[in-house]
Parts: sequence; structure tokens; C-alpha cells
Amino acid sequence: MSDPRYAIGIDLGTTHSALSYVNLQTSDGEKTQHGVLAIPQLTAPGTIEELPLLPSFLYLPHADELAPGENNLPWQQTAEEQAGVAGEMARSRGATTPIRLVSSAKSWLSHPGVDRRSALLPNDAPEEVARVSPLEASTRYLSHLRKAWEQAHPEAPFGEQAVTVTIPASFDPGARELTADAARAAGYTNLPLLEEPQAALYSWIQGSEGRWRKEVKPGDIILVVDVGGGTSDFSLIAVLERDGVLEPHRIAVGDHILLGGDNMDLALAHLVARKLAANGTQLDAWQMRALTYGCRTAKEKLLADETVATWPIVVPSRGSKLIGGSIRTELTRDEVSTFILDGFFPKVEASARPAVRQRAGLTQLGLPYAQDAGITRHLAAFLARQVGATAELEGYAGKQSADATFLHPTAVLFNGGVFKSDLLAQRIMGTINDWLYMEGAEPARMLGGADLDLAVARGAAYYSYVRRGSGVRIRGGTARSYYVAIESAMPAIPGMEPPIQALCVAPFGMEEGSEIELPNQEFGLVVGEPVQFRFFGSSVRRQDQIGDLLDFWGPDELIEMNEIQATLSPEGRVAGDVVQVRLHAMATESGTLELAAVANDGQRWKVEFDVRNA
Amino acid sequence: MTNSNQPLPSFFSRISIAIGAFFRTLSDAEYAARLSRIDEAPQPVAAPVAPAPAPAPAPAPAPVTLRVATPDAALQLLSLFQREARLIDFTQENLSAYSDADIGAAARVVHEGCAKVLKEHFTIQPIRSEAEGSRIELPEGFDAAAVRLTGNVVGKAPFKGTLSHRGWRSAEVRLPKLAEAHDASILAPAEVEL
Repeated sequence: MSDPRYAIGIDLGTTHSALSYVNLQTSDGEKTQHGVLAIPQLTAPGTIEELPLLPSFLYLPHADELAPGENNLPWQQTAEEQAGVAGEMARSRGATTPIRLVSSAKSWLSHPGVDRRSALLPNDAPEEVARVSPLEASTRYLSHLRKAWEQAHPEAPFGEQAVTVTIPASFDPGARELTADAARAAGYTNLPLLEEPQAALYSWIQGSEGRWRKEVKPGDIILVVDVGGGTSDFSLIAVLERDGVLEPHRIAVGDHILLGGDNMDLALAHLVARKLAANGTQLDAWQMRALTYGCRTAKEKLLADETVATWPIVVPSRGSKLIGGSIRTELTRDEVSTFILDGFFPKVEASARPAVRQRAGLTQLGLPYAQDAGITRHLAAFLARQVGATAELEGYAGKQSADATFLHPTAVLFNGGVFKSDLLAQRIMGTINDWLYMEGAEPARMLGGADLDLAVARGAAYYSYVRRGSGVRIRGGTARSYYVAIESAMPAIPGMEPPIQALCVAPFGMEEGSEIELPNQEFGLVVGEPVQFRFFGSSVRRQDQIGDLLDFWGPDELIEMNEIQATLSPEGRVAGDVVQVRLHAMATESGTLELAAVANDGQRWKVEFDVRNA
Repeated sequence: MTNSNQPLPSFFSRISIAIGAFFRTLSDAEYAARLSRIDEAPQPVAAPVAPAPAPAPAPAPAPVTLRVATPDAALQLLSLFQREARLIDFTQENLSAYSDADIGAAARVVHEGCAKVLKEHFTIQPIRSEAEGSRIELPEGFDAAAVRLTGNVVGKAPFKGTLSHRGWRSAEVRLPKLAEAHDASILAPAEVEL
């Protein structure tokens, strides 16, 4: 394999994907030559346009819906690929025929309650639509990007370039592995995964062309607030100094919050639709979509310009009578600020926590959307949970007063199109600085100059570049520690589940490429019979070492995840035999975690995170 | 969006044309192909919009050739204007039946959509960067296609006058590519909801 000519970064987003690249041959140190690939995609039947973003939507057309050749792309497609259209046309067609539209595949990929390899999307499609799995949909977007690259750069085959794909920092090991699987299925080789908030910081570092060293100093704690189209993601990155060189360390990541900019536009559209309904005008699905677009524009205008009091929204008629049939309405500044600022970014106390409501007994199979829309409340909970994140960090001892109730960030980096509205970024800054003021800490500053839409893809390309040896790298390792449940040896008490202990199988901060063995603990596994373990993760227990057995833990400390499963294949053994195995944990180079059961004779079996719900 | 005949470029503008052509040949295979064909026959690029019948400046009495714009690009643009701005719907209606408020509401859709099409598919720049109303001087050999003289047009260059319109130029056209069998005359398909 020849040396790569480009470092490629791919942002596989919930609503949009993008590909950015750095030219390795013309880049040197912190001066990089980079670009964003224009992605050919169908925008209407038979019409191909090159757009900087690929909407992450897949439309599964009816056999009679498109004339032959109308869904051709500039490259050869397999029959399977022909069965679905990805990109802008999928999004616009899907608005009028939602039963054939696959959307938010990425959120489904991280949905622990479903079998993510089974064909379940679109989840409200009628019987005759051939559904696809969240994994397959992600594969489709990734392979579309790969082919777009190969078409534009025949001289630099994709498989030979250094490629990075981004994932939310909050993805659990199962979702990370599924993303890696999707990438492999799309023909990606040797790829590392990168957390999106880290990518945003990389992009900021790259964009500053070296000036970042003046803007951050040792001892800084950077809070990255990434509000994408469909998810919100928080990370904390501490800036250390080692041998005179600044070294950012990612010290904590937040939980997965399904709440993003699209929810805000949709919420506004419903507000306006209710106003219209009160006057006797009902909107259909097509008009709702037009209204949502209108609301997005109105929101951006009203939040950006204080002199504008109202912004008109026109929902065009469905039929050809545009003038008589269009509906005119408007959005006022008051409505937007109450709805968006107070609804999604309320000014709350540092002690505020997101409301958790009991789910109704019977829930439909659907995405587990955040129940509390207040992003600032999620943020308060995150910072409070991570109050001890820097306690054992070199150079951070005593920086924070002992009675602090939350971790004090010193700088904030925003990412995501939502923050094009300065007002929203200012609201978060103001809220955090109020919290800091109440605890007598210095206000945090905002790191400016980020490219809000393409930062993740750009940062990922830059990461592919720095992995090759030039430029600054963010350290961190795994962002959680992991545990399996062990039933404690106790006499059975009627009516009570036996209490469990949690055995640490992978400690916090495992560096890429490291492997450790669980000492003193052997499990007897029956050959040919799958064995399941209850599996837990913790984003706060940094001190636990592998093999530590916990009897007690705080209610928020350990989060139960999907069960994991090991099946000993009967190869060379007799089914039914019991084999003594030890558990090994590996943090792979590609950024995933792997657990393996290893027999005394060295044979190993992979422990699956992604157990099929049979 | 004029795309008509131009006088021969000056030496300095030829330098920039040569450099531009050099880089574009490297990056744009289609352009390179056109360039390699340039000596064969003067095949003009299809104009993106309505035909601008341009008589070639005839130094010698050569036969006047008029080029015919291909309808596909024009149809494609109409289809974009309809899709994004409902322009055909708008112009097909009889305005006398409606109040100005209704027309105004629809005009917002048309305005916003047309602006989007222009922004996405063309790079439109003013020809003159000076403020309208300011006095400017046109040197000898100015581009008569890009600057139109009006009023008291006498004497010879350099001409001094007031800029009444800045003019517009499309520096770049990015129309979508079409599938081989695509029927561009369908500007907007009929829609049937099942």
C-alpha cells in the first residue's frame, strides 16, 4: 500500500454527513491545506447536484415511483443500492411520503432497546416496504461518501488514504462497534473513530493556525458544548503541560441526549401550527415541513437581530394556485425567545437537574428522546456529576475549592449550527458564568472562531493528519469504566433478587492499543451455550482498577447498559464442557472497546456488546 | 448574465486568463477537453438562460453565425425556479383577483426561492465595484459588452460618466447534472396523493 496522499475526516451526523480532507503532501506542521468535498447526490429525479453536505436520509422508493435511470448516480450502484436514494432528494421526497423515509439512523444505532442489525427502519412503514437496519442505513451514507471521493479523486484511492469517522462522545461500546462495522461494510479500512466534541476542538486548533497556544493555558478546563441536529453532546478537556508542551486531555464525556436543533425548529412549527389551527387552518404534513423551514429562518433572523420584532412566515399552497392558497403567518420575537431561550436554554441554578418522567406503561417502539428539553439543565447535571474529574489530574490539585458543587470550566467551545445564533451561545455563557460567580470562581471565556457546520468533519481530517505525527493530539483513552454484574454469594431470601456486585472489567482512561487481563477471576463457561452478563458503565468512577469488586455504588455512578454475551463456539471442544476463561479488555487502535474471554490454552472468544434481542 | 461577444483582451488581462486557464485545466477535466477542442471549431458553451443572439464582431465580411442555446439548460433553470420559488405558478396567475396582501405573501415565497436558486447555482457579482451615482472613467479599450454607454455618446475614450447601474456578471454557473434519459421539459411533475 502506498503512502496516503490525503487525510480524510467524515462526520456521520444524525441529519447531515460531510467529508473533509487535508492534503498531506502540501501540509506541514500546523499549516494545513484542506477542503470539503462536494458530494454529488440526487436532488430531484434525474438531477444530480454537488452539495457540501449529504443529508443523512435514505428514501426507499416504490417500484413505480421513478422512471428508469432517474436514480442513477455518477458511479455504478449495486441493485441493493439502487433500491434506496440517499441525500437531499431522500429528505425532500420523504417529507411527502414519510412511510418510505429512513431518518435519524444514527440515533437508532445508539438505541439500546432494539436489535440494531435487524431491518426495522422506517419503523412505521407498511409491510410491503423492504426495511433496512440502522447499521445498513449508516453503511449506505458512508459508502456514498466513499464513492463520491473516488469519483472526485481517482488518483488517490479511498482505501489508501488516512480516514477518520466521528461518533458522539456519548456512544456506548456497542454503538461504537456498530459504527466501525458500518464503516467496514462500506469498504473503509483501518479506521479510527473520533469523538465529535474532540473533533470540534481539533478543528478550532487547526483554524487558529497556532494561535491556540496563546488562547489556552495550562490549567484550563475546556467545556465543549456540541448541539447537533439531533443530539447534544458535552465533553470536558483539560489542558496539561508536559515538558513545556501543551497537551489537551479529554477527561469526561456526557450522556447521550437525543435533543438537537431540529427539535427546536419542529417545536416552533408546532407552536405556529397551533396558532393557525385556532383560526381554523389545518396544515398537512407537506405544509408542516414548509412551516418548519420557515420557522428555522424566522428563528435565526429573530435571534440574530434585536431590531426585528416579527418575522413573516409563508406556507406555500400545495396546488398551483400560489397566491390565493398560501398561508401567511408570523413569528414574534417574544414567541421565539420564550420558546427557544426559555424552553431549550432556560436560565437555571447550578443545582437544577433534568426532569425525569416515568414512561407510560406501554411505549411504542421509538427513539428514546430526551424528556427534558432544557439543555442548560442537562449541562448542570453533567458538570455536577463530573465535579471530581480533575481531582487526580497532574497540576490541577487545589485549583477548585473543596466545596464546589460542580466542575468549574474556564473556557467554552461551541459546536453545531444552532449556535449560529449568538444569543443562544451567550445564554449558555451567561448561565455558566452565573453558576461560577455563585461559587466565587472566575468567569469562563468563549473560544471563538469555530466553523459551526463543518467543524466536526474538518477536525476529523485534521486528526487523521496529526495521527501521522505532526501537530497536537488530544489524549484521553476510554471515557468510562466498565463492569459486569456478579451475583454475590448470599443465601436466597424469598421475594428478593440476590444482590449483585459489580466487577470492574475495564478501567477509566484505557489508552488506545492497550490490553489488560482480569486477575484472579476465572469464569466457567459452557461450550456452545451463550452466557449473558449484566453490563454497567460509569463516567465518574476514575479510580477503580481492573478486578475491583464493588459492593455499593451511588445511584448515578453506574449506568446499566445492554447485556453482553459470550458464546463459546464448539470448535475443537465438546459441547456442554465447561471451560475456565479469563476476561480481557482491549482498547483498540480504532477507538472501540473489546472484551474477550480467553481460555487457559490461549484460545479467545469475543464478548459481544450488541446482543440480538431474540 | 450577458454572454456575448467581447473585444480582444489586453495584455495584462491575457496574463490572468492564461494563469486561470492553466489551473482550471489541471482541476477541471471538462474544461481541459473543451480547451483541446478549441482549435477545431469555435463551439460556444451553452448559455444558461435565454439565447443572447450575438453577432460576432466582423472585422472582415465573414458569414454571420448565430448560436442557438440548448433548451435543456433553460428548462432546467425554469424547473429550479418552480421548485424553489414557485415562479411558474406565480406568473400563471391573474393578479387582478387578489389583494396586495395576498400577492405580497406569495411574493415572499418567490423572492426567497429565486434568491436561493441564484445563490446556489450562480456566482453573481457586480461588474463595477464603484457606488452607483459616482463618477467613473472608462479607458480606451474598455469592454463594451460589460459596460453600456448611454446618453451623450460622442467623442472618444477615455469616457467620463456617472455610473447609473453597476451591472451584474455571472462569474460561475453550477447547474445540476441531468441523467441521460431525463426529460427536462417536465418543469414540475403533477402530484397525486394516494
